[in-house]
Amino acid sequence: MTTQEDTKNPLGPGYDVAGSEMRYRDSFNKTLRDELNRDPDVFLMGEDIAGGAGRFDEDGKPLDAWGGPFAATKGLIQDFGPDRIKDTPISEAGFLGAAIGSALTGLRPVVDLMYFDFVTVAYDQLLSNAAKSRYMFAGQTKVPLTMFARSGGGTGHAAQHSESFYSMLAHIPGLKVVVPSDAYSVRGLLSAAIRDDDPVFVVSDKKLINLSGFVPDENFAIELGKGRYLRKGSDVTLVGMSYTSVLCKEAAEKLAEEGIDCEVVDLLSLSPLDESILIESVSKTNRLIVVDEDTPRCSMASEVAAIVADQAFDYLDAPIKRVTGPHTPVPYNKALETAFMPDSNEIIIATKKLLDL
Amino acid sequence: MDISKEKLVWLYETMYRIRRFEETMLEQTFKGNAMGVTHSSDGQEAGPTGVCAHLTEKDWIGSTHRGHGHCIAKELDTKKMMAEIMGRATGHCKGKGGSMHIADFSKGMLGANAIVGASIPLAVGAALTAKYKGLENESIGVAFFGDGATSQGILHESMNLATVWKLPVLFVCENNHYAEATPVEYAVSILDIADRASSYSMPGVVVDGMDVFAVYDAAGEAVKRARNGDGPTLLELKTYRYHGHFHADVPENYRTKEEESDWKERDSIETFQDRVIKANQLTDKELKAIRDEIDNEMIEAVDFALNSPMPDMDELYKDVYVNYPNSVLAPQQRD
Repeated sequence: MTTQEDTKNPLGPGYDVAGSEMRYRDSFNKTLRDELNRDPDVFLMGEDIAGGAGRFDEDGKPLDAWGGPFAATKGLIQDFGPDRIKDTPISEAGFLGAAIGSALTGLRPVVDLMYFDFVTVAYDQLLSNAAKSRYMFAGQTKVPLTMFARSGGGTGHAAQHSESFYSMLAHIPGLKVVVPSDAYSVRGLLSAAIRDDDPVFVVSDKKLINLSGFVPDENFAIELGKGRYLRKGSDVTLVGMSYTSVLCKEAAEKLAEEGIDCEVVDLLSLSPLDESILIESVSKTNRLIVVDEDTPRCSMASEVAAIVADQAFDYLDAPIKRVTGPHTPVPYNKALETAFMPDSNEIIIATKKLLDL
Repeated sequence: MDISKEKLVWLYETMYRIRRFEETMLEQTFKGNAMGVTHSSDGQEAGPTGVCAHLTEKDWIGSTHRGHGHCIAKELDTKKMMAEIMGRATGHCKGKGGSMHIADFSKGMLGANAIVGASIPLAVGAALTAKYKGLENESIGVAFFGDGATSQGILHESMNLATVWKLPVLFVCENNHYAEATPVEYAVSILDIADRASSYSMPGVVVDGMDVFAVYDAAGEAVKRARNGDGPTLLELKTYRYHGHFHADVPENYRTKEEESDWKERDSIETFQDRVIKANQLTDKELKAIRDEIDNEMIEAVDFALNSPMPDMDELYKDVYVNYPNSVLAPQQRD
């Protein structure tokens, strides 16, 4: 249960400890490093997670030409070697399948699938093997697999490199899905994912990767399935996930200037999902807006709306509203892409409309 | 390759056990005692037997929807297998997996898999674990798949990974000449699937899949290569599925009686019997004793399965995750 105490700082309970400001990507990298040091069975796999695979620099060290997409794994191959930082051919289904096989036989693979869109190339392995093995074989085995990829539009990556289809993963029994929204939460959730005995997908929105925030020095994990309050308020509950949590906070701050007091819930984890924080918040504000960058049909926004309608209907004073992308792919042209993306202005408009202002 | 008498007995027992298990399992399916579709592998016994004769419990195999033979060759318990097919609590997977998902991780059996080709990278991953831990001399991965799976991209991705990472893997294609009802010559552009190996710089060997000695010899070489750190091998076992794709399939609709009887003349079990008797390696009496024992084992397996309890209804909700704080109940069940 998230307490009032935790909400003093939006970054959460870690804020009172020693730490520093760092970018999301550096927090991510630091966490991978800590987990590789902690457990010799943890290893990484993915396309160009080092770059220049099989080649060496003049000091005889393996090349780290890319350091991974968005430099997520920079420096790791030189410290942990090519057996633990394993560059792969462009073969998502094959190497995800091999990672699952290694997880079934005792290792703890961490797989970089690069862009979130590429999940579909490996979707059969994810759905039919990673998520179902434990159930089909009645608990004989576990699949301690972590996957990560970059989601989201707004960066000119166009239709096939901008997906946010969280619900396509959260829909799957046997799989867990987390969506960190800042440098602090990515550290806590990524380490929790790697230590977890179930397959966990860590989705990082590209728009978060270069944002900075406070990160404690010490190693910590955030419990999977716990959301958090980014802001306490009484008029409307704004629910965000990943980058839309940043948008919700932005909208809440602007609305506060007009005397509208929003509560902001950051889901952090989509499966498991913190249903109690949703109900707790709506029972106080009586109004709910869910903000999701995904397309609307069968989205996480729809799922949150359904849960609240089902379990907290009596608390609601107004219809539940969703702010999402339209039912289209993400376009390339900047103006069109901007029109696709939910933004804080749309959240503000939706909030005022809900309050009859 | 020299084979000890003990190994000869194991080869015979295993092939005959697979044959009788499949016949018994089909009988039970038609009686309505299986809870779903079943896929029989009778006719193909020499393949899993000749390959698994070289494996230990530390070696891992991936299997297919037609996986009973692989399970038996990896020494899974026929009682628990029959119980699984009948959906019972005493089955290998408590009745939750069924015929197409029998697994026993304690025996190095990664599970039968009902998506064609999907188990192949799992065997590659098991080999990756072995190499990661420096144990490739005692733990290899074996991927069993049919001719149908050679049209799946995942096979090619897996062969490529295994060869570029030089992993201890055997790719064992059981070419039974039919992918469901599609003849291999329609779906595969080359005569010998073993030739696919040349694209991945690994040896590809065509093997008479009806001759357990031929399979034993070829697999022995491939296993030795894998354990020595020399990387993967593709074996193509030319074999034949005596029954249809699944229990209710009528193969006469797409293949001739003549073709069936030609293959049955080369039956792996009968050929074995003739050969070991002629070579004075095993006697008719010894063979009969083995058959009697296994015939009895099948009666006991059916008896065990039919008298086993059904799973608790709670099993529906168990083992989805190692841990999950949310309820997995349907919404209407939570009210």
